[in-house]
Amino acid sequence: MPDHTQTYVELKHISKTFKNFKAADDISFSVEKGKLIGLLGPSGSGKTTILRILAGLETADSGEIYIDGKPVSQIPAGKRGIGFVFQNYALFRHKTVFDNIAFGLKINHWKKGDIQYRVDELMELVGLTGLEERYPKQLSGGQRQRVAFARALAVQPQLLLLDEPFAAIDAKVRKELREWLRELINQVGITSIFVTHDQDEAVEVADKIIITNHGRIEQTGSPVEVYNNPRTPFVVQFLGNPISIDHTRFKGFRDTTADASAVIRPEYITVRKKNEPCPHPATTEEGIVERVAFRGNVMELTVRVHGQHLTAYRQLGQELIHEGENVNVFLQRIYLIGADGESVTIAVDESLRRENG
Amino acid sequence: MQVRNDKGIIKWILIGISALFLITMLVLPLLYVIITALRDGFAAYQNAVTDSYALKSIGLTVKVTVITVIVNSVFGLFAAWLITRFQFRGKKIISTIMDLPLSISPVIAGLVFLLTFGRQSIIYPFLEAHDIQIIFAQPGIILATVFVTLPFISRELIPVLTVIGNEEEEAAALMGANGFQIFTQITFPHIRWAFLYGVVLCSARAMGEFGAVSVLSGHLRGLTNTMPLHIELLYQGFDFTGAFAMSSILIVMAVIILILRNLLEYRGKKELET
Repeated sequence: MPDHTQTYVELKHISKTFKNFKAADDISFSVEKGKLIGLLGPSGSGKTTILRILAGLETADSGEIYIDGKPVSQIPAGKRGIGFVFQNYALFRHKTVFDNIAFGLKINHWKKGDIQYRVDELMELVGLTGLEERYPKQLSGGQRQRVAFARALAVQPQLLLLDEPFAAIDAKVRKELREWLRELINQVGITSIFVTHDQDEAVEVADKIIITNHGRIEQTGSPVEVYNNPRTPFVVQFLGNPISIDHTRFKGFRDTTADASAVIRPEYITVRKKNEPCPHPATTEEGIVERVAFRGNVMELTVRVHGQHLTAYRQLGQELIHEGENVNVFLQRIYLIGADGESVTIAVDESLRRENG
Repeated sequence: MQVRNDKGIIKWILIGISALFLITMLVLPLLYVIITALRDGFAAYQNAVTDSYALKSIGLTVKVTVITVIVNSVFGLFAAWLITRFQFRGKKIISTIMDLPLSISPVIAGLVFLLTFGRQSIIYPFLEAHDIQIIFAQPGIILATVFVTLPFISRELIPVLTVIGNEEEEAAALMGANGFQIFTQITFPHIRWAFLYGVVLCSARAMGEFGAVSVLSGHLRGLTNTMPLHIELLYQGFDFTGAFAMSSILIVMAVIILILRNLLEYRGKKELET
């Protein structure tokens, strides 16, 4: 149980159905104050709906939301103290950057001098000082996102919601903005929830990840925890670059149950040249390299072992492996999905198990 | 490779056909109207348009047009808002019915009101008891004109509202703006050119409406005769100078509207591009 004094946002049994589509099915989770939460899931998994219900843009069919201990279902969107960054930013096209950021302040009857001061402060925070008189269409994607961010923070909300905040930005700028946003949220210290379908984004930015699928929460935990210990078949298949294999053909897993299906990730496969030392000869397999692809920071190898194609990575500093070469392949661990299609267990290679007692 | 041949003979043939068509269908009749209006001299023209019945018909037309535009602006804004911002059963039916005046003959529209508010109607005793006169009076003319021009503004607004989406409105709502603030500060700036365009189209149609108004007006000179009805009356009385003089005023109004229309269309297009 999370420490209740720290819990800032709490969703209890939230459900929402659109016609025949279950967008949220008994969703419950809580968010601690000051944390950055990533709602991760494929498109159509209901993550945006959860965000919109939280903001008050949609009404849940059932369930209750508590912000700072108070139920908010009866509180209109504008009074919940929530900042929202839309996927396409939804900047006011007819207003300048200054007026975009000042909008919420004017609505809340701030004094003119205070508005000027606050907007200046925010423009400096997001690094856009000098662009006050521009219109949104005169800004780059990254700049628009910064304006959207400043606008969402203007009235000093207690909770910040971001819907796919990086989806509309070029891949190159995206990574940079990710770090920028992470730092900024730390700096402001605001409790934040963001939605994404990009696992790298979630893993890199969030303190805690909530994985959703078909309107349900699959797993919750820190990025490391969720990545290393996926607990549902969906999470196993969703995170990393999983490949399904027939594990019964591999020596290291002969004693594991045969009616389960198995999934392995590239990082758990070690490929060694024939002349390199082989620490676990008893469970090492032979394979043929079919393809070598340069992935920038690693080499990606496609190796055929027992007629199955495995993907593995190899560091750039190591001696090069060529296509057609015979290699030693060692599988460290696999994820077994039970025949019931519900349980997931981790199976470690037999030699490794013996080694570790 | 050249796909378009701009110097080709086809281009000149098409230009020739279009020009011929425009001259026979538009330029010649318009010239004829002006020439006939002025054939007895400028003094006669002036007399015709300053005749008290003529002035009253111009006044009535302006009055009917203004009221119609106001009513349909309100209705058009609400209808467009309803159709683009809410999901409900029967939405398709409503938007189809709204377009009915475009496909129905104005004469039928007039007859429908005649049956609804006339002597045969079940509400006629009520109207009579309260001394409310609709048929063969100005309210009837206004009703008929409103009906005929009903979809003009909403039809201009619906596509624009659909294109801009409602995210900006949601963003404003999240910052605490109320419905009125959202409409005036966020939504209306997007649709103002389309709205004005709709107003112009609506006015043009309202000024020129003949069929529906003719059925309901009762043709009372100086009371329920709008400009088109007055023109018909003059024409049937063989007062060609008068009829064509009045027509020339309607034509001038139409040309002004045409220019406005093009200006607004241009502004609106620029607006959508940004």
